[in-house]
Parts: sequence; C-alpha cells; structure tokens
Amino acid sequence: MYAYPFSYHRAKSLAEASELLRQLGDESRVLAGGQSLIPLMKMRLVRPTALIDINFVPGLNDIQSHNGELRFGALARHTDIEMSDAAAGIPILHDCGAGIADVQVRNQGTIGGSVAEADPSGDWSATLLTLETSVVCVGRQGERSVRLEEFIKDAYTTVLAHDELVREIIVKKPPKNSGGAYLAFKRSAPVYATASAAVQVTLDGKDICKDIRIVLGCVGLTAIRAKQAEAELRGKKIDDETMQRAADAARSAAEPQGDMRGSADYKRALVAALVRRALGIAVRRARGERVEAGHEYVGR
Amino acid sequence: MSGAEKIAVRMRVNGETREAQVEPRTLLVEFLRENLNLTGTHIGCDTTYCGACTVLLNGRTVKSCTLFAPMADGGEITTVEGLTTNGALHPVQHAFAECHGLQCGYCTPGLLLSTLHLLTKNVKPTDKEIRKAIAGNTCRCTGYQNILKAIRMAADEMGKR
Repeated sequence: MYAYPFSYHRAKSLAEASELLRQLGDESRVLAGGQSLIPLMKMRLVRPTALIDINFVPGLNDIQSHNGELRFGALARHTDIEMSDAAAGIPILHDCGAGIADVQVRNQGTIGGSVAEADPSGDWSATLLTLETSVVCVGRQGERSVRLEEFIKDAYTTVLAHDELVREIIVKKPPKNSGGAYLAFKRSAPVYATASAAVQVTLDGKDICKDIRIVLGCVGLTAIRAKQAEAELRGKKIDDETMQRAADAARSAAEPQGDMRGSADYKRALVAALVRRALGIAVRRARGERVEAGHEYVGR
Repeated sequence: MSGAEKIAVRMRVNGETREAQVEPRTLLVEFLRENLNLTGTHIGCDTTYCGACTVLLNGRTVKSCTLFAPMADGGEITTVEGLTTNGALHPVQHAFAECHGLQCGYCTPGLLLSTLHLLTKNVKPTDKEIRKAIAGNTCRCTGYQNILKAIRMAADEMGKR
C-alpha cells in the first residue's frame, strides 16, 4: 500500500526539526519510529504533506539514571527500555516496554513517539501516569518541562505546539517500599490492547497502603486515573476486600466504547479484573518479591 | 505514482552496497523487492501484523512494510537471501527444512530472520522465550509446532558452533 506522496526532510538536530516544522506548515509531521504513523499513512487515514525524520538526530536514544531520576531520550526504542538496567529496577516500566506489540515493533517504536501520539490505546501513557513523569519539549520558544498529566489533553492531542518536539521523558524513581505492575490484555501480540491497568503502590509496613496510583488504559479518550479506586485503598490495609472495592471503583471509572475488540460492558469487566490482578502483583513487588507479569495474549 | 521528488537512498544489503532513487513514500520492503529484485522478503498483511516482511536492520528485526526506505539510509540490512554462505543453507534454514517448519512457505523468510535475531542474543532460549520471539510472525499453515521444533534444533546446532 502506498501512502499519499510527501516530501521527506532529515533533521540533524531538534532545533532544525523545529525550524522545518515551522517552514513546512501545519500539514508537516515528525517521523520517529513510525510504528503508529506509517500504518495510518498507508491506510490513508492521515495525509501529511511533509515528514521530518528525527531518526538521524544523534544522542536522542540515551537512557540515563541519576539523582533519583530516569531520563529516556525521545528515540529510546521499546526494546532499549526492555533491556535496560535502569528500567529493570522499576518493574512497571519493564512490564510495559517488554510487552508492547511484538519484537519487530519494539525494535523500532519509541517512547517519545508513543507519548506524543497520545493514542487512547497507547501503553506508555497509562504506565507513566502512575509515576511522577514529565515530558521535556523543545521548540522555537525554547525548552519547557510539562507534567505528563498536563501534556496529554485529549485523544491524539497534546500540548505540543506545531513546531515543538519531545526531547526526553523524565521519570522520578519510586521509593524503595513501592511496587508497580502494568497488565494489558490483547487478542494477539501485534494488536492494541483491549484494556489495560497500571498500578503503582507504596506501602507503609507490610500491608498498609501509603500511596497509590491506578490508571486505566484503552477505556476512554485518554488513559484514566481511577481516583475513587485509589481512595478505596489509600491509608487503609490492603486485603482481598479493599482490593476488590478498588477494582469495583475502577470498573465505574472506565468509559469504554464498544468496538471490534469487545463491547463496553466486556471492557468494564475486563479492566476491573486487570486492576484486581495488577494490585496483587504490585503489592507483592512492593514487598520485594520478584513477580513476572506483563501483557497477556493467547499463545503467549 | 506522482508527486514528491525522488531522493537517493543507499544501504548495505546482505553485504553489498546498493542504492537507488526512490520516492520518499517507498517502503523498505518495496525498495528490496522492486528496486533490488530481492523478492524473498514477502508482503503479507501490509498492516504491521503478520511479520512476513521481517528483515534485519542494523542487527535488529523490523517489519519492512512499516519503514519508509529513507529511514534505513546508511543502514545494514539482512534479508533471507543473505542467509546462505556459498549456496550452503544457514543452520536456521537447515533446521526449518529438517523439522518441516513450513508448509506454504510464505511466512518462512520472516520467521527465519526472527529466529536468527533471537538466537544471536540468546543461545539457549526457553520455549516461552521462543514463543515471545516469534509472536510477531503469523503462520496460517503449520500450527507452529514444527516451527518450535525447528527453532529448538537451530538453537542446538548454533550452540555447538
């Protein structure tokens, strides 16, 4: 399949990319890993007149850990994150990076592209919203750091100005007595998830919930922070009953639409089950246990 | 085709430098098949699902239907045509033939490269690791059991070398 014709521009720096975006106008777009954009262009659902390829900008795929922060260059591929020592210490990041689509897509797709695309089914947004995450954006006006909560405005919509690009994603490392899990359910490896749940819990002692974030993916126009579900646990003892109450609250917080992946009712039931399971895993990890988890699909 | 101006792309494909003038929208798989006549890399779904178009780009598998050719400019590509040495089958190819890891063969070039990518990083994969490594390659004939056998055999063979 052929995309509509476009002109191709290779940027050597983000400053040059920003300048090209300004010169080439509203119908120009940034090309990172291309794993969302290229299928959309081939199906002719989008029609940029110009692409600005940032894959040749040096130094944009670094992953660094210092001062209690992880910094992911915009072009860090999902595979780079899956394999990185830095992310290995934060299991929820590994769950996400190791499970997106399949090996080939993870080798090419980028964290910066995923966040900037703001697809309601994107895995990174849901995962990163459970942590203190900020997005460093650069453009003609200079550089600014935007909290992820404010960065994503709506489905496929962010605060990025037309001539602005994501340079890096900064994640604050959670405390030692904290653990998380990201579970996405999909029919097969390469497809988008039907629903997903991201949980990061910080314990006080062995089973008191000091703090928690619960985020639901694929069941709304953006990833949804399930605040009522969090309130069912925060400051309370974590046991089967409180975890179930949180899962029930998450079910009510979901705003899914029925589509070929499932009906709205099915997705509500699914996301509640995923939250319940992710909670159990997150708590065990917060206690220091090693638990394998991640995306679930048939044949895995 | 019409529209955008053609641009030069050049890459090393199976050890040889190849170049052509292409429209920017040319997919890597089309560059390989149409410009270089390397038709071993197949187009299956053309929607980033099936993995028939899998090739190695700088040592990593990618779906060549989901890259514009200019994105691979300056890169190192391995396709199924690059697996043999002086006509002798690669151990991965030999294992697939030996274990009957294919029927129609359409998905096979992609599976061979995904297998090679796995075994380059992990010489002793578990069954679970094998399944995960080929989750992006769809086969509609075999039911996968003989493919798993072939990959286990290839791992053993390559481990001995």
